[in-house]
Amino acid sequence: MPLIKNGARLQDPWFAVATEEELDRSGPMLVPLALWQEHRDRLVDRVGPIGIRLASHESPAAIAGDLERFDLVALEFPKFTDGRAFSYARLLRERHGFTGEIRAVGHVLRDQIAFLLRCGFDAFDLDERAAAGWQAATGAFSAWYQPAADADAPIPARRRYAVPARASVAVIRSEPVQPPAPEPAACAANWAY
Amino acid sequence: MYRYDEFDHTFVTQRVAQFREQVARRIAGELTEDEFKPLRLMNGLYLQLHAYMLRVAIPYGTLSSRQLRQLGYIARRYDRGYGHFTTRQNIQFNWPTLKDVPDILADLAAVEMHAIQTSGNCIRNTTADATAGVAADEVADSRIYCEIIRQWSTLHPEFSFLPRKFKIAVTGSGRDRAVTAAHDIGLRLKLDADGNPGFEVLVGGGQGRTPILAVTIREFLPERHLLSYLEAILRVYNQLGRRDNIYKARIKILVRETGRDEFARLVEEEWAHIRDGELRLPDGEIERIQAYFAPPAYQALDDACPELAVQRAGNRAFDAWVGSNVEAHKRPGYAVVTISLKPHGGIPGDASAEQMEAVADLADRYGFGEIRVTYKQNLLLPDIRKGDLFALWQGLVAAGLATANAHRVTDIIACPGLDYCNLANARAIPVAQAISERFADPERERAIGNVTVNISGCINACAHHHVANIGILGVDKKGKEFYQVTLGGAADENAAIGDIVGPAFDEDRIADAVETVVDVYLAERRGADEPFIDTYRRIGLKPFKEKLYAAH
Repeated sequence: MPLIKNGARLQDPWFAVATEEELDRSGPMLVPLALWQEHRDRLVDRVGPIGIRLASHESPAAIAGDLERFDLVALEFPKFTDGRAFSYARLLRERHGFTGEIRAVGHVLRDQIAFLLRCGFDAFDLDERAAAGWQAATGAFSAWYQPAADADAPIPARRRYAVPARASVAVIRSEPVQPPAPEPAACAANWAY
Repeated sequence: MYRYDEFDHTFVTQRVAQFREQVARRIAGELTEDEFKPLRLMNGLYLQLHAYMLRVAIPYGTLSSRQLRQLGYIARRYDRGYGHFTTRQNIQFNWPTLKDVPDILADLAAVEMHAIQTSGNCIRNTTADATAGVAADEVADSRIYCEIIRQWSTLHPEFSFLPRKFKIAVTGSGRDRAVTAAHDIGLRLKLDADGNPGFEVLVGGGQGRTPILAVTIREFLPERHLLSYLEAILRVYNQLGRRDNIYKARIKILVRETGRDEFARLVEEEWAHIRDGELRLPDGEIERIQAYFAPPAYQALDDACPELAVQRAGNRAFDAWVGSNVEAHKRPGYAVVTISLKPHGGIPGDASAEQMEAVADLADRYGFGEIRVTYKQNLLLPDIRKGDLFALWQGLVAAGLATANAHRVTDIIACPGLDYCNLANARAIPVAQAISERFADPERERAIGNVTVNISGCINACAHHHVANIGILGVDKKGKEFYQVTLGGAADENAAIGDIVGPAFDEDRIADAVETVVDVYLAERRGADEPFIDTYRRIGLKPFKEKLYAAH
């Protein structure tokens, strides 16, 4: 499955850990919540990046105190209709100030990508077809009505500060999508509803 | 009325373009029906028994005459010449072809309309009391807040894949005409001690196989916090609502299983984080939206209208129509008129293209070009001079729209049932027609007075039979249609869920059963001014039950 981060295709540098034995490997390591909780003491001091993978019933509240240790939070979509991770991503960005990678893994539709970006996801484990539709999926709308975790000014703010509507629908962005702003607090101040 | 600005226009135009591309992918075979389904549902397109059905949003039930004409045009151009108005103040077209739907959406966008979020597990069209802005007993105008909610909830990135559909209703008066207690969130406008508007917030109401009335989680929410509080409720629900069982996925189950106090605590805890953030409505924003709903250019009139009294005295049919279909207006000399879409023996909520055009013309001629869609699947003209009522009525007679039965026994709410819907177990329309014909005598109907009769063709309860004075639920028993009767439900500020009366009746006996219920009421009531629901609450189920099953 292609990995797309900030709009560009990447080789995935992360190793997805499935068993306890694999915790001894070196390099960037993506660890399921249960393994993290069980082996937290030894993993905290590990040399090398650690990512955490949360199932859709596992709230980021469970790891809020450890977020500084993680470079990646992977949120699972067991099926595309399970929308819990949309809230989790916003909470990670806006409540907990997480600035690392938030990756959508599992069953994600191309037509959800724009919403995911707005909620703070910046990386996507997509199937080939969804990846091929990336540009159309992210370029359909030039502005949105509500504030979220992205840096774009929502329509109410554009009205207040007379920011014109951006690109028209006919213009599909050719450059990679910019990552969400790293400082959600700053967005709130800039784009007060 | 609200008018789109450049942002709204751009948004719906881009939405149409997006769906046009999705439909093209489907027709070209690039998308399977399974993959296409969530995309079409988010644009209100269902696949029914015989064809696609397109549900068009009518935000808080408010239409301009231009919009209603366009709906008539769409009915004629793309459908079979009619449309069906729903309890959620929307309109459904039953026969569009898939390839035409992007064009229909473009035609809607041209008159500032869309079909966004009329289906799917997202925040649906927000509904309001149909008399918003004109009701004599109004506290504040619910349309303002509904428009603010409409914009915030449109393609909300966090809440488009909720555990289940989510419905919000707002009522602007103590008399609840928006059935707030039967909604996922009900907002009741009220004033604080200083006269500032705010909301009593109810959550967890719903119908379906587990009917539950909403409970109050906050007595007063100042208006500036409207969106942050809604976001807090939705965020709690999105994370904690059940996703393992479609029948337990609505917020009503979460509220019931969590408990009201604990649920309220979770909401308040979430809200504390966001209440003063980006969603707090800034000074001037409510006033900005309010300006769109400024009162029209009313004339200074005497409230008394002697010519109306003369006209009523001279024409019994007109007199009866005024008696049932005309209500008090907040401005002297004006009235609120219900246009019944319930002709005796007809299909509840249906209107032909010609009728839509006729109503649009009458709204222009005698009103300010504005029409409302009501919870009861009727239309409403909000601003009619009393002196114009007779001429308006004559115009309605010519269009076949002058049935004098608003709030009466034949003002039946019915879902499309097995005639159209692939969820239904039984037909609802023929039963509504049979009951309507049974009570078609205007004198008798007037003598019976106000009573609500709702007919759902399956347990999903789209016709809200649980909260009807007389509720009818179609069920399938070994391939045969039967109808279960509930009594004592109410959809107003004293909302109640009806009691099941006993074994179901077959198709041939259901109209008889309703007639028996009405006869018991007439025999038991303490005078003509005791409505059905009051009599029921006084005497209970037993007398009805005895009579209904006496012969068996």
